[in-house]
Amino acid sequence: METKSVMIVGVGGQGSLLASRLLGNVILAKGYDVKVSEVHGMSQRGGSVVTYVKYGDRVYSPVIEKGEADVIISFEQLEAARWLPYLKKGGKIITSDQKLDPMPVITGAAEYPENLIDKIRGKGIDVTAVDALALAEEAGNAKASNVVLMGVVSQKTDFEEEVWQAALEQCVPPKFLELNKKAFELGKAAAK
Amino acid sequence: MKKLLLGNAAFARGLYEGGCKFISSYPGTPSTEITEEAAKYSEIYAEWAPNEKVAMEAAFGASVAGARSFCGMKHVGLNVAADPLYTAAYTGVNGGMVIAVADDPGMHSSQNEQDSRHHAIASKVPMLEPSDSQECRDFVMEAFEISEKFDTPVIVRTSTRIAHSQSVVECGDRTERELYEYKKNPQKYVMMPAYAKGRHVFVEERTAKLTEFAETSALNRTEINPGTRMGIITSGASFQYAKEALGETVSYLKLGMVNPLPVKLIQEFAARFDEVIVIEELDDVIEAHCRYIGVNARGKEIFGYTGEISQTVIAEKLLGKKNDIISLDENIPVRPPVMCAGCPHRGVFYALSKNKITVSGDIGCYTLGAVAPLNSMDWTVCMGASVSALHGYNKVLGEKSEKRSVAVIGDSTFMHSGITGLVNIAYNSTNSTVIILDNSITGMTGHQQNPTTGMNLKGDPAAAVNLEELCRAVGIKRVRVVDPYKLGETEKAVLEELEADEPSVIISRRPCALLKYVKHNPPLKVDTDKCKGCKMCLKLGCPAVSIVNGKAVINHTQCVGCGICAELCKFDSIVNQ
Repeated sequence: METKSVMIVGVGGQGSLLASRLLGNVILAKGYDVKVSEVHGMSQRGGSVVTYVKYGDRVYSPVIEKGEADVIISFEQLEAARWLPYLKKGGKIITSDQKLDPMPVITGAAEYPENLIDKIRGKGIDVTAVDALALAEEAGNAKASNVVLMGVVSQKTDFEEEVWQAALEQCVPPKFLELNKKAFELGKAAAK
Repeated sequence: MKKLLLGNAAFARGLYEGGCKFISSYPGTPSTEITEEAAKYSEIYAEWAPNEKVAMEAAFGASVAGARSFCGMKHVGLNVAADPLYTAAYTGVNGGMVIAVADDPGMHSSQNEQDSRHHAIASKVPMLEPSDSQECRDFVMEAFEISEKFDTPVIVRTSTRIAHSQSVVECGDRTERELYEYKKNPQKYVMMPAYAKGRHVFVEERTAKLTEFAETSALNRTEINPGTRMGIITSGASFQYAKEALGETVSYLKLGMVNPLPVKLIQEFAARFDEVIVIEELDDVIEAHCRYIGVNARGKEIFGYTGEISQTVIAEKLLGKKNDIISLDENIPVRPPVMCAGCPHRGVFYALSKNKITVSGDIGCYTLGAVAPLNSMDWTVCMGASVSALHGYNKVLGEKSEKRSVAVIGDSTFMHSGITGLVNIAYNSTNSTVIILDNSITGMTGHQQNPTTGMNLKGDPAAAVNLEELCRAVGIKRVRVVDPYKLGETEKAVLEELEADEPSVIISRRPCALLKYVKHNPPLKVDTDKCKGCKMCLKLGCPAVSIVNGKAVINHTQCVGCGICAELCKFDSIVNQ
């Protein structure tokens, strides 16, 4: 199989590491070669963060470059727009409709652009947007919006339900498992 | 058993399987998780040392005692540990000794982009370079073998993309090893001139033997694709980028051992092709070696010396291929990293910013005090330099800077190499003001314990350095502690200590807001009737506070109720929920 490239983008602290681990474990369980490239350190502190997930028969480079991503999973609108140039022609975007002001917007040095999701759709791109934050709060914790989004992703990819459930059990500490399973289900429902 | 492992976790797996018994490291992105992951194996003793020099010396001692030992650090950490490295290269080892150094091409989380291969060359120590997680595990085990066979420490070099990428690893079991007996041997271990002269001869002979080893070792391998006219010489992450961009249209010499480099192997490989291209990040180490041994290779004229290489860079430069790119006609504001909501550093930086104090900076989360809106940092160089540089600055400018400038340094960085700078301030006497930002953890690298926290790497209670007593013991009489959540008191302390006619230390004490044990207050909210939209609260640079329709708004998912915005608000508009 030709290598597939998935990017997970968001704001440091939104939980992209758990999302990428979930996806990585799902792919490994399906027997593909896989590489997941993460960002640690300074950029995690509220900055724009990106994780690359690549899988196929044999994966070489762990990074995804402009024009290469089949799917971009975004935790925040502005980040979906920021990383859009990384999307391949015909690729799709799955995003939370959450908005988080970056520091230049907070200090008044820049403005948060309006209607970003519509503008991306205007480029002819398949965008699935959900209110992941509200669904996570419904599941019991705003921090579970990462798992809500992965619930959406599970409906947009071909991996079986059991594999996702097994990955959840593997990656989430037991005491948060129930909450995260609920978040995942809410994400699945929102995707339909 | 196949596992999806981070390069650093695979490295730790290699340490475990290879029978490593002793680890001493200092955290540094992107090397930190090697030691954290290895510490989870009960068979391995693992510790955080106060700095990389101490870590490497401890690992050296463990090797002399007969154990396989390890120390890990980031590239700039190896500068700190260069002193023991260059002489442990002479003594050699008893039990195998492996050093991890993680470079950061692209500077994802570093203050420079140095190429650590130069340290291997200069210290005459062999260096291996894995290109995925499997090789991280395999090369560590091989490094122990080389260390013991050739009587030398061995460096394993990774980079951000290898250290922080997960890929599939086939794991095995641990081989437990008896300690090698320590036999007293001053000619080998006591490096005074008479004995060191003999060991230098040994080092040169060893390098010759290692070069022979490099010619035939499986660490260096060729991949010849029929009919190809271009030969690529590469290593580490660059090998993966080259494979993805060029596939089977070229042939490869993939070097797993980057010091010493083979001679015949490269010459014979190069002779088969019309053109030889070296693909390596940062400096031209392999390319310069090629030229030195008469191989006409090109590299840096194509790829340059800065930043990371990637599959698209290679495809563009060598094949002239470019991807189609979709973009919005929209100004996308940047999102730089910021101090977190509730970060205890914010209160101190607000006081410094408000009073336009000159700030001698250091390495940690608080380096973010340099950016808008706080803009409170004037220089940052390396671990510990805030304290020592402030002394030099004040010595030259005298009273007019002594009353207008401070050094800021975190608790872990102070233990790492700030103490000696403070000794210098006391001993050589400047009226300098040093602020220790004590957030009770090593923050930036992801919460590692340090000698001030009362806990060790394994999570057990440990002796804790008392910062107040330590500062007094080196000769600083004015030492005071403030809570940075109290803005007024913090500012008062800063201004009073700047005015004092002797050196002083202010310890700003409040644990990192991200620590699990820290109990937060409920989020605050804005009373919109009272808010005048003056934007005073925005001067703090808190990511939880913004202005919507002319009024302040607090993001309840981010706010941790630290209350400094409420203290700042002149209209009492920020209130409890």
